[in-house]
Amino acid sequence: MSIEQKTRDALAPLFADQPPPEPPEPAGADESEKQAGPRPNGIIQQDYSARGFHLDVQIKSEQIVEAVKIMFELDYFLESITGVDWLKDDQLEVVYDFARYDFDLCRTVLRTRISRSEPSLPTITSVYTGASWHERETHDFFGIVFQGHPHLIPLLLPEDADFHPLLKDFKV
Amino acid sequence: MSQAIELQKDETFVLNVGPQHPATHGVLRVKMTMDGEYIYNAETVLGYIHRMHEKMAENRTYPQYMPNMGRLDYLSAMAFNHGYALVVERACAIEVPERAEYIRVLTVELNRISSHLVWLGAYVLDLGGFTPLMYCFDDREQILDLLEAVTGSRLTYCYFRFGGLYNDIDDEFISGTRSFIKRMRKELKMYAKLVTGNIILMKRLKGHGMIDYDMCKRYGATGPVARGSGINYDVRKNEPYGVYDQFDFDIPVYDEGDSFARYMVRMDEIEQSLRIIEQALDKLPDGEVNPKKKPKMIKPPPGDYYAAVETARGNFGIRLVSDGTNKAYRLKLRSPTYSNMHLFDEACRGMLIADALAFMGSLDLVIPEMDR
Repeated sequence: MSIEQKTRDALAPLFADQPPPEPPEPAGADESEKQAGPRPNGIIQQDYSARGFHLDVQIKSEQIVEAVKIMFELDYFLESITGVDWLKDDQLEVVYDFARYDFDLCRTVLRTRISRSEPSLPTITSVYTGASWHERETHDFFGIVFQGHPHLIPLLLPEDADFHPLLKDFKV
Repeated sequence: MSQAIELQKDETFVLNVGPQHPATHGVLRVKMTMDGEYIYNAETVLGYIHRMHEKMAENRTYPQYMPNMGRLDYLSAMAFNHGYALVVERACAIEVPERAEYIRVLTVELNRISSHLVWLGAYVLDLGGFTPLMYCFDDREQILDLLEAVTGSRLTYCYFRFGGLYNDIDDEFISGTRSFIKRMRKELKMYAKLVTGNIILMKRLKGHGMIDYDMCKRYGATGPVARGSGINYDVRKNEPYGVYDQFDFDIPVYDEGDSFARYMVRMDEIEQSLRIIEQALDKLPDGEVNPKKKPKMIKPPPGDYYAAVETARGNFGIRLVSDGTNKAYRLKLRSPTYSNMHLFDEACRGMLIADALAFMGSLDLVIPEMDR
């Protein structure tokens, strides 16, 4: 079984309470989706040569620790955590990038959307220790609070910084 | 930091390393809680040269942002050029002429060697050996001269263009590179005698700064740090980009996980890069270095794009979120030493401070790339 299929199967229980994920869509499909607003949760298989990653998974924010644990057990390593500010949807997106050390190439993206007014999310530092800096950085840039993070103080910004520069309404 | 050492009740004290300290090679600060000579706890403090490159990406058009790549990792700027060019080319579906692909590989690999040479010189200097630095900088100078003639800059290259290159290489570059390969092979033997076999170096590095598979995975370590811990991971092989699948080269992997393993990985990589350069020169096709139909306006269709390259220090990833305009909606730079340095806090616990600094050097830090 390919690692892509394995990952899909392992993540499938997260969407048990939802209608089954749609069949694989062509890469162009989510262009129209982006304009129509946020996409529904689920797994999308992406065209690697066009996008640079294979699996695109959107989950509910409270499922993040559970999903990341699955990724850890499947032997993925965490590349980075980052945010995207979708001002027009009044939402913040948090993106987790995963890659593999072995030759089963399968880049996976976990993403979740949270409200822009009180952005908070459980930390995943208990699973991937290295998430600590990535979460601190995301907290610096977007003001997202990672609940349970052991040391959520500014990392790259000055220690007294009270602004979040990557929010779209931050004026340079 | 006027008060560096402060005695506490439990007889540990806080020792402040940096932000300006020769061993940190830049402005990096480590707050170490010491129990005598031993490190009880360490906390790395970043951000002293944070410039918010990711916000700059949102305020500039795509071509305008290319010079920023040279300012991230000043030692391996070419690979960062490559990463950014790849992600934009992927997003806009721009074809790159084959000659340009080969010259990209040539310049990136030359740059990788020059980066490893700086590391070697500076690292041995950290450990108290001054002479190798002079030899390393002499060899590196040859590369800088070669690259300066083609790219126009010596360090902060901005050589790549979307779909091609700034300009073509000439015969002088080719003959110069060929004679450099010969020279470097001789020099590598000299380094092996002068540095690698040195008993003081071995005693300082062997068995110190242990990193295992589990730690690499938890922190996302890549590059020579991962390969020194027995992980056969190199983006050039695992996820071939450009024309890297056309070359015959090996990925040096050492299982020991100590500082010496990471040292050996880098030394072997210089030889492997020479092999790639040699093959690229032999196979170099004729033709243009820029596409016939140059894209006038770079406007990627809306969506997410990702590209990763192997820099001298590991996996550099770029995530681009486009909204269809001529500026990026969001650009995330995933830099390799950011993750590699993060494990220092955990790995250095219980080490002697002198060993910890030898360990820090083996991670090959470039601070502007961590701070971005």
